[in-house]
Amino acid sequence: MRKLILAISMLAFAGSAAFAEPVADRQALMKERGKIAAGLSKVVKGETPYDAASVLTALQALQANAEKFHAGVDTLFPAGSDTGDTAASPKIWEDMAGFKTAEGKYLSDVKAAVAAAPADADALKAQFNTIGGDCGTCHKGYRVKKG
Amino acid sequence: MPLQKKLVGAALVLGGVVAIAGWFLLAPARLDAATLAQLGPGDAAKGKRIFYAGGCTSCHAKPGSQGDARLQLVGGLELKTPFGTFVPPNISQDAKDGIGAWSVDDLANAMLKGVSPSGEHLYPAFPYTSYARMKPADIADLYAFLKTLPAVAGKAPANSLGFPFNVRRGLGLWKLLYLSEQPVVSFPDGTPDPVLAGRYLVEGPGHCGECHTPRDFTGGTKKSQWLAGAAAAEGSGIVPNITSGEGGIADWSEADIANYLETGFTPDFDSVGGAMVDVQRNMAALTPEDRAAIAAYLKAVPPHPNGYPARKKPAS
Repeated sequence: MRKLILAISMLAFAGSAAFAEPVADRQALMKERGKIAAGLSKVVKGETPYDAASVLTALQALQANAEKFHAGVDTLFPAGSDTGDTAASPKIWEDMAGFKTAEGKYLSDVKAAVAAAPADADALKAQFNTIGGDCGTCHKGYRVKKG
Repeated sequence: MPLQKKLVGAALVLGGVVAIAGWFLLAPARLDAATLAQLGPGDAAKGKRIFYAGGCTSCHAKPGSQGDARLQLVGGLELKTPFGTFVPPNISQDAKDGIGAWSVDDLANAMLKGVSPSGEHLYPAFPYTSYARMKPADIADLYAFLKTLPAVAGKAPANSLGFPFNVRRGLGLWKLLYLSEQPVVSFPDGTPDPVLAGRYLVEGPGHCGECHTPRDFTGGTKKSQWLAGAAAAEGSGIVPNITSGEGGIADWSEADIANYLETGFTPDFDSVGGAMVDVQRNMAALTPEDRAAIAAYLKAVPPHPNGYPARKKPAS
């Protein structure tokens, strides 16, 4: 458990670097998000025993990550950054309002999970499924696998 | 009459005969009575599983709809392909605009033979090349389940296809080449049941190969590269290799595959994306046994390297 907390704080530190390379920066935020979700998923599946404090720490880290993304979305996705080594779909720029709605919903669902402070693995599972659904909703329309 | 003229005349007659014979050869063929007899009474509860395995709602729900609205099968999604734009029709229970007036035989002929109630060929954008491998009893169950869904009025726009793809009769030839009820992958005797159950789900109702297998220039799937991944047949980007070949999912365990189908997360916690999002939501509605069977089959299919060209490295 201490390892999980340590990993999260290290990730949070890594994620705090200034936005210099938009593609690399947004990918770093997404990777961080995935790692935190991976830790929470182990709790949902019962592979890691439920511990309220560390779950809350992980959810808070997820919130900090989502807030960073939300606040920086214009800097992270400047016009023209759909080329090169990125899976970002041109649809992001064609429908920036829709993209922002989708990432905004993700942030509010993460915030709701932190506020709810789930008391057991089942409660966490419900929150986690909502959040996971948001991942898919955004990746359905706004990401293109290029091989 | 000079000989030359006679020959031309004979050639014209012969050509005409071949054309007419061909026209009949390409005629839509319906199911025989023996197959229709296997349909049985149909069970809506079992049909729900087939509905989600078959992914009906992914194409036939109103684009962008969520939750229960996904069960309003009014059609209207646009599938943009090299052959033109296909628009899945209304398959709700509306008798006029949907398929509310169809008999179970009509549904079976559409799904197993690609033939409409009026006797026309259907376009294989409706994946009957996969559905053809389904058991008739499953079609009857699906029919019973579809009957429990709402009738929604409204016709979806027509397909927009150029010549010659707008000539439905030509599909008769295509079907002779590609329509088969035989499994794609053969397994030896003694193959574990979950692998065979997974084969049925993947090759039949799940129609996974329709997107995950590359196609030849006529639009048929290349069985020699089954599930090797492909340039997207519809839209842009690529569809991943789901065999254990290079670029594929050799490093995924069966549990990883089943978990992905249930939760939408890959083993390294990337999330499901693109058209697979709707597919994964359908897969999540199946039982753990069905998802495990799909995983067992995918680990058992012949490995192939990626069925799409390597990405050009962007100039830096």
